[in-house]
Amino acid sequence: MKEIISKLNKQFESRIRLGIMSVLMVNESVDFNTLKELLDTTDGNLASHLYALERNSLLEVRKQFVGRKPNTRYKITESGRFSFREHLNYLEKLMKNQFK
Amino acid sequence: MEQNQEPIQQINEIRNLMERSSRFISLSGLSGISAGIIALIGAGVAFFYLDFDQRYFDINRYFTEMSYQKLGSSWLFITTDAIIVLALALFSGIYFTTLKARKQGLKVWDNTARRMVINLFIPLTAGGVFCLILLYHHLVFLMAPATLIFYGLALINASKYTYHEIRVLGISEIILGLMASWLVGYGLLFWAVGFGVMHIFYGMMMFFRYESVRK
Repeated sequence: MKEIISKLNKQFESRIRLGIMSVLMVNESVDFNTLKELLDTTDGNLASHLYALERNSLLEVRKQFVGRKPNTRYKITESGRFSFREHLNYLEKLMKNQFK
Repeated sequence: MEQNQEPIQQINEIRNLMERSSRFISLSGLSGISAGIIALIGAGVAFFYLDFDQRYFDINRYFTEMSYQKLGSSWLFITTDAIIVLALALFSGIYFTTLKARKQGLKVWDNTARRMVINLFIPLTAGGVFCLILLYHHLVFLMAPATLIFYGLALINASKYTYHEIRVLGISEIILGLMASWLVGYGLLFWAVGFGVMHIFYGMMMFFRYESVRK
């Protein structure tokens, strides 16, 4: 059990990061405000988590302007998709262990 | 801070977010039921106004009598009837869906709603324009089938962003539309079944599946 926990993917240790990745898995791209609404969090908190995920190249950022307003969209990368699936596999293992 | 809890909670959260962010789940079954009832009343009004003389059940009489002077006199009434039905159905649909969203603690007009509406309106607009063209070519008898077919296509397109029942409803509307374009005299009847009975049927199905059981 302990050995499994040590393998826990650090990327997904926070609720917000896991949430961001869940949303990006099923949407082609999502903008900042939509993520903020869905995850019910603050600008600063969300931005720092997004930045962490970007740094680990789990997601891509695309900045553009809608009229005069900046609009930032996020998209999952291949490695992001892979890591998320791995995390799901890991959760599955944990649950199987729990119910043994 | 927000550390992850039990795996089961994590999985619930993942599933919840995936659903909420990709599909419009506030669509209420009651919207369908109310829209269906309104459509049935509207079709009934049109039916009785057109003298209740079996015009819609006899193809030969339909072609001879449904000529332009006849339609010309009832044109205003039927159009008003149709617009009132459309407005009331839309209003009640939006009302019940807003109610459900509030109960779920979600915003009604979010990204998923926008995507659903945009995808609904692409085939629907094409259908509307096509019906105007039919009118222009004096092919009035094809209008009821055309509205059903295009509405069905619009629902199938929109269903990718909401409950899958909408897809089945769309397929039913297309089948009814094709039947109506074959049996041209029964336009109003097929219209009443498609927009009235089908909405009520699938509305009830959605209501009992997603709304009545939930706390």
